[in-house]
Amino acid sequence: MLQKIYDWVDERVDITPLWRDIADHEVPEHVNPAHHFSAFVYCFGGLTFFTIVIQILSGMFLTMYYVPDIINAHASVYYLQNEIAHGQIVRGMHHWGASVAIVMLFLHTLRVFFTGSYKKPRELNWVVGVLLFFVVLALGLTGYLLPWDMKALFATKVTLQIAESVPVIGGIAKTLLAGGEIVGARTLTNFFAIHVFFLPAALFGLLGAHFLMIRKQGVSGPL
Amino acid sequence: MHRGKGMKFVTDSRVGISNRKQNIAKDYSEYPGRTEAFWPNFLLKEWMVGSVFLIGFIALTIVEAPPLQNIADPTNTSYIPLPDWYFLFLYQLLKYQFAAGDWILLGTVILPGVAFTALLIAPWLDQGLERRPAKRPVAISFMLLGVLSVFYLTWESVQTTHWDQVHEQGILEVPGEGPEIDTAAPGYEIYAAQSCVNCHGQNLEGGAAAPALVGTQYTAEEIADIAVNGVGTMPAGQWDGSDEDLQAMSEFIASYGEGGENNQ
Repeated sequence: MLQKIYDWVDERVDITPLWRDIADHEVPEHVNPAHHFSAFVYCFGGLTFFTIVIQILSGMFLTMYYVPDIINAHASVYYLQNEIAHGQIVRGMHHWGASVAIVMLFLHTLRVFFTGSYKKPRELNWVVGVLLFFVVLALGLTGYLLPWDMKALFATKVTLQIAESVPVIGGIAKTLLAGGEIVGARTLTNFFAIHVFFLPAALFGLLGAHFLMIRKQGVSGPL
Repeated sequence: MHRGKGMKFVTDSRVGISNRKQNIAKDYSEYPGRTEAFWPNFLLKEWMVGSVFLIGFIALTIVEAPPLQNIADPTNTSYIPLPDWYFLFLYQLLKYQFAAGDWILLGTVILPGVAFTALLIAPWLDQGLERRPAKRPVAISFMLLGVLSVFYLTWESVQTTHWDQVHEQGILEVPGEGPEIDTAAPGYEIYAAQSCVNCHGQNLEGGAAAPALVGTQYTAEEIADIAVNGVGTMPAGQWDGSDEDLQAMSEFIASYGEGGENNQ
């Protein structure tokens, strides 16, 4: 049955080459922990992606309850964590997942660096990867404000002071980020939009380029 | 793409630089060793490892509730700001003399800017064909220096933070845990009509400038005295009303004090 559906679609759209590009390839021995346990260092990239998928899914569920305004944000986080069935698990996955993603990303970066895998012809993929690192750090920074609790407010104030200290563009950057002169209602909606729409859009684009290049170029050879 | 063919390796250090075409990789099939089909063999194993990872991760989220502090209060001036742990190293950098005050730009822009730009353009800073760490000492040294700096700064930040104070200021005062305030009582109406409510709050919960009036140890007479004459940072002359009202209000507040009949 499944085969028939596949054939029906394939006859019309020719999806087999696409499928081959995505899934039909060999995994060489030197990156396979089943053959050399030390090859587990090659798993960090996959684990980073896995954690990011967790972040996307848990984040989608969080937005069902979260209210991005300064009156209700804190209460909505408290409510979803304490009153909603499994709310603690969903928020916990998103909260702790942020830390796990950054740890995995750090380890993945170190693996690529120390194996020299960023060298020609993979320079572009390295640049895209570092940009992904920045996007994930920015996601962590903007997500920190959203519960609108004390640590969120004061950490964001410090961040904006740092942004303000940058010469020439500092003042404009701070006003743009904060949506005004103070950290308040506009800042929260700003950070919410950046966290939920702008940065994920950048994340998806960069991830697409990252995966396209790794499939095009293959994993780097053994040392 | 054919199975095992057409995938490219580059700069394979098992092939001597002199006798290989520069950066043109060999087919997978020409490598020694056992390859494995990604779909479904390898992916199945990956999924099994992923499941174990996921179970451990969910166990963590069940054991440790994600933290939530009190609602943001911009008027609180005593709060010590602290970023999430992965920004501690940047935060710590700003505490050193050479990266603060007149030199703040060094800490906020120049040092992190140089480090992260170097990371971004690493392929052009380290252009040699060698991939083994031992054969490219300069790149490896700089990376180790960067990683050690981040670890050291994070460690210093953890050492110099007053964690008991951070913990204390982070405790969430759970709304609705105190006694329910009877806002229809005559004593409450007097309380709300006077200036008391401005500092001590709608539910006697206190605020940035005044303590909570729930669970106090004062008697009604002492409360009446404080309302007229002040105590601590509370100025005198706040009360503006009759003695009967003062007594009604004091008894109302005392009833929410420690051992009072309404403080259950």
